[in-house]
Amino acid sequence: MRDFVETAVGFARTLRAAGVAADPERAHTLMAALEHLDVLDARDVYWAGRVTLCSRRDDLAVYDRVFAAYFGGERAGPARRPPARVTVTRRVAEPGPGGAGGRRERPVASTASRAEVLRRRDVSRLTAAERDQVNRMIALLAAGRAERPSRRLRPARRGRPDPARTVREALRRGGEITAVRRRAPGSRARRAVLIVDVSGSMAPYADALLRLAHAVVRREPRATEVFTVGTRLTRITGELRTRDPDAAMAAASAAIPDWSGGTRLGEELKEFLDAFGQRGTARGAFVVIASDGWERGDTARLSREMARLSRLAYRVIWVNPHKGHAGYEPLTAGMRAALPHVDHFVAGHSLAAYEELAEVLAGGEPPGGARGSTSRRGRSGLVG
Amino acid sequence: MMTGWAPGVESPAALGSLLDRRAYLADEGLATACFLALRMGRPLFLEGEAGVGKTELAKTLAAVLEVPLIRLQCHEGLDASQALYDWDFPRQILHLKAAESAGAGDVAELEAELYDRRFLIARPLLRALETECVLLVDEIDRADDEFEAFLLEVLSDFSISVPELGTIRARTPPAVVITSNRTREVHDALKRRCLYHWLDHPSYEREVEIIRRRLPAASERLAGRVARAVRALRTEDLLKPPGVAETLDWTEALLALGARDLDPAAAALTLGAVLKHREDQDRIRRSLGALLAPSPNGS
Repeated sequence: MRDFVETAVGFARTLRAAGVAADPERAHTLMAALEHLDVLDARDVYWAGRVTLCSRRDDLAVYDRVFAAYFGGERAGPARRPPARVTVTRRVAEPGPGGAGGRRERPVASTASRAEVLRRRDVSRLTAAERDQVNRMIALLAAGRAERPSRRLRPARRGRPDPARTVREALRRGGEITAVRRRAPGSRARRAVLIVDVSGSMAPYADALLRLAHAVVRREPRATEVFTVGTRLTRITGELRTRDPDAAMAAASAAIPDWSGGTRLGEELKEFLDAFGQRGTARGAFVVIASDGWERGDTARLSREMARLSRLAYRVIWVNPHKGHAGYEPLTAGMRAALPHVDHFVAGHSLAAYEELAEVLAGGEPPGGARGSTSRRGRSGLVG
Repeated sequence: MMTGWAPGVESPAALGSLLDRRAYLADEGLATACFLALRMGRPLFLEGEAGVGKTELAKTLAAVLEVPLIRLQCHEGLDASQALYDWDFPRQILHLKAAESAGAGDVAELEAELYDRRFLIARPLLRALETECVLLVDEIDRADDEFEAFLLEVLSDFSISVPELGTIRARTPPAVVITSNRTREVHDALKRRCLYHWLDHPSYEREVEIIRRRLPAASERLAGRVARAVRALRTEDLLKPPGVAETLDWTEALLALGARDLDPAAAALTLGAVLKHREDQDRIRRSLGALLAPSPNGS
């Protein structure tokens, strides 16, 4: 048998290659654990490794596989992640400059008004240069922070007495209480959950929407969660915490296994609610779903899950890129099933639309109130 | 530095049988996790669905080790003055006023008196360092992430520093159990201090055994029927699949009604003990007969 330290370290390294966070410190803990157990007993080694090297439920299946492979005599293959798919942007031929008359060059617009025009352009119809500029503008999009009362008390001018500060003050003045210090509940960022549809029909917008998600994560990293849906649910919050937008996009695309596939929105939503939403991720949160509502699955299920979501969330916001197009009617079956449970139905095709969305996330109303007669029953009055 | 808990317990199996004697049935994995946590002086980080017995484990562990259980229930906004310690301000002021009227002179001396250990109120974490105990930090995922930072500080060297008083160090570090329902990812630095164990629903045989141990009045037949029905319910795609706690509640409800067997009528009457969402109840009520039908391989 190989040396036991070497074996333990090698096992941890193999596990790390398979995607489990079994760092050297954890390998060290494993060795400490094995001192208390029987190193020659496979069951003891299995459990010692499992409690010391794993740190989440998702690790357990990988652990079992690697354990069997490693102690069964063969090395586990390292590649788990699919090859990175960095770019989803699709270039669409730019419509020619308007007024095809004899003009040789377009009038030079000032930067400000060019930016203004760009704000309203559909992001799926941009040239590469324009796209770069829009991407930069999205990254700068400063969504205000929506707040909710916190239970943590902070010093305040009025509120309940704060004995700690009052006494400390009094002691500094030789025991004389001159003023009663007070404290009151502070406020915290309200959680935002973004669910971005990356199926085929959303492909022209997915990149911009994910960049928007990145901007929101960057602003409130602790209070934002991002998921993608398509044929499966993927949590990409961790990937989007990277500072640089392009690096974050690359990491996210590597993590998403189902780019440009179909959509099973109802099922995915259920998976989200079962695994995250109901436990607390969606409770009291702004939940944004960015999708065109092209549901390939059962729309009754979508309707049921949307109802469940609307009971958990603080506000449900549906972003549909097609809503920005003239003459759009929510006709897809999925959209019709979802709308009764949506608080705000907003467009998601241009920078201007993203700014509106940021506004809603900051606790404001979209211009024109709950647009498109979609305010949820009885809820509209609550929006302050 | 530390000798570890339960030096007399030789192996995971021995610890398992001690837990067993207190009517907590731990499988091999859980027994090993607990054994290592006690031996290595590391906190045990338990994750699992609600109602699989995470909190119960800490209680039983305290009973086995014959020490008190100190529980810190986490919630949003939990801060140091609720988890670690707080100064007893009214008593400090009283003391100050008393000293003043008695005409005490030396200010420095008076100040030192004010920040004495007797004016310090120990909250669960400090109390756990001052007594030999099992410390249960329940539902850590409910607390803010700032709280994790100072919990980590306490758990890494089992000491708390009070600026006015100095460092209070545990003579015997407590045995620590931390539970989480996974509503959010707990920080990796904290998890790295701990041994991690995922607690699953028990197997059918074990669940029958748990019912029989916890509720001796339940017949073998009733326990078997309930365990089977609960297993079926867990595959039913419910909003809240029943845990062991619900299994026991349900059996207890059936016993209270004098039921000897789990028939559809008795099940319908007691469904509220096992399913706690209206949607779940509505769905199951319709298919109760099929769900309870004895399976062909007997029961």
